Amino acid sequence: MSADPQTPEHHPKHDEEPRWLDDQRNVNKIIVAVVVVCALLFAADGFYHKHPHFEAESWFGFYAIYGFVMCVGLVLAAKLMRVFLMRDEDYYDHDR
Amino acid sequence: MTMIVDLFFPLSPGLLLILGGLLVPFLSHSIGRVYVLLLPAVLLAYLIALPDGNHGAVSMLGYELELLRLDSLSRIFATIFLIASLLGNIYAWHEPDPVQRTAAQIYAGSAVAAALTGDLISLFVFWELTAVSSVFLIWASGTESAYRAGMRYLIIQVGSGVILLAGLIVHVTATGSIAFDHFGLDAPGAWLILLAFGIKCAFPLLHNWLQDAYSEATVTGTVVLSAFTTKLAVYTLARGFAGTEMLIWIGAAMTMFPIFYAVIENDLRRVLAYSLNNQLGFMVVGVGVGTELALNGTAAHAFCHILYKALLFMSMGAVLFRTGTCKGSELGGLYKSMPWTMGFCVVGAASISAFPLFSGFVSKSLIMSASANEGYWFVWAVLLFASAGVFHHSGIKIPYFAFFAHDSGRRPKEAPLNMLIAMGIAAAFCIGIGVWPAPLYALLPFDVDYVPYTTAHVITQLQLLMFSALAFTVLMRTGIYPPELKSTNLDFDWVYRRFLPRVMGRLGGAIDIIYLGVTDNAKSVIRAAMSASVTVFAPGGLSGRISSVGNAAAIVAFLLLVALIVSYSAV
Repeated sequence: MSADPQTPEHHPKHDEEPRWLDDQRNVNKIIVAVVVVCALLFAADGFYHKHPHFEAESWFGFYAIYGFVMCVGLVLAAKLMRVFLMRDEDYYDHDR
Repeated sequence: MTMIVDLFFPLSPGLLLILGGLLVPFLSHSIGRVYVLLLPAVLLAYLIALPDGNHGAVSMLGYELELLRLDSLSRIFATIFLIASLLGNIYAWHEPDPVQRTAAQIYAGSAVAAALTGDLISLFVFWELTAVSSVFLIWASGTESAYRAGMRYLIIQVGSGVILLAGLIVHVTATGSIAFDHFGLDAPGAWLILLAFGIKCAFPLLHNWLQDAYSEATVTGTVVLSAFTTKLAVYTLARGFAGTEMLIWIGAAMTMFPIFYAVIENDLRRVLAYSLNNQLGFMVVGVGVGTELALNGTAAHAFCHILYKALLFMSMGAVLFRTGTCKGSELGGLYKSMPWTMGFCVVGAASISAFPLFSGFVSKSLIMSASANEGYWFVWAVLLFASAGVFHHSGIKIPYFAFFAHDSGRRPKEAPLNMLIAMGIAAAFCIGIGVWPAPLYALLPFDVDYVPYTTAHVITQLQLLMFSALAFTVLMRTGIYPPELKSTNLDFDWVYRRFLPRVMGRLGGAIDIIYLGVTDNAKSVIRAAMSASVTVFAPGGLSGRISSVGNAAAIVAFLLLVALIVSYSAV
């Protein structure tokens, strides 16, 4: 196999067949599917036997709520970090 | 003679890989690339055939070096290192650079050799060899920034070795033993040795060499780098410091802080380096908890992690290879022309996120359960948060911004066949281990009494992950999610890349000013002295007046007279 040139290849978009995901309605379908799966998983908490290490684990939907809340918190905190920590891309480029 | 041969053999597979690597420069590209596939494959078979026990003892300078110690802990690390070496060589099949090919073999070989040694002196030698050999994979990028990142990497890595050497000297002086076994914090020199391990393991505040170097190395170099250095450090921690409680807290901090950086980082290989750091945290927690279940978890997670992290770096490497960039802000929509790479990337993403049926699920849960069993509820909650976070940035962000998101208009070719094969094998491992964990569990240091697939575990894990995905979706749709921006985010390396140089610069400036002040004053004092001496000694000055020889003779006669009187009166 020969090494391929590392150049980006741009093709005009208009001569392509539109893909399934290019249709916004299909993207919406995926989002609906995610919401439905989440709802089912949340409801599933009532139907199995738990064996928790900690009390919090036995709360209804603990993992679901924890995952959602912590992820939103993570993103908001990271966004806040940008205010203090973000610099230009070439910030270090002129250091010796 | 037979005695020496008996002592030397069987040779360490790591040493053989280093020696084998030294032959690579003498082989042509077409022979060399086949040779580096056969070499680790043969050595892997050889390792599997070797029995447990201590071999390869060599007496040197009065110390008994132990080049090959095979037990259940060293075996699993040496095994996965050889597998990673093989995968890296398949991935680099197209790469004609003999320097990188040679460096990759010697680097992998020294990691295997270090994992298999039973004494601190050999460990130190191979420890430094991993540093010196691997830096060529960074420098091979050929850019100015890669050169400087490589220098920083080399200074920090060699520094870790020097600290290890200092700890080793303290330890050997106090105990007389060079054996590399469990130390704990009370052993002489243990703190120095722990610091050396901690640098290579990217402990918080000692971590920046990792993000710095792994995003600058070559396409194939980063895949190789991701496997060895840090996991060798995890192995040495497990060997020397199992059950050290401090490591639980260090590990927990390590799982946490990198995920914040990963969310806002634009360079996707840097995102992966941050998530590598986060995954190391899980392993360090396992070492700190130190129970059989926890150490099994550390070993299992290191094994799985090397595979899925290499897979993720391979997929981003393929993107970089084909498009020339790895920045989230410049990518998007690549699934249209690189569907295989996208598919393999998603397998790696699912594995690192610990989705059921993927490898991370059966390894990370060992560590989670171990910390919960020991009642560390806070650590457990941190690890759970970090698990959700890693799905958020590695599981979703990496594939989403590279292959989906907004269409960048780029339509690069699919990755070369050899890259696809390497990714395919790694992906098969990820799924294979996730579906059928028994062979991995059989390799672990202690007997495994753990069932990963229980109803509660599967459902709770799916809840955690799907609601993290839901959070991502909501934040994306509401526009709250921070966009990928061309940027540099300040991390602790700011201290030694910007702050200290500036402080030193200022300090230098201040020293300059003081120096000039002192020398100026001194100069004027000297000038004054000079002009004074001119008035005294110059022709026509006080002492410089031309006086007749007679005057001098008179003075000398006077002095002699005084001396005469004094000596006469003394008699």
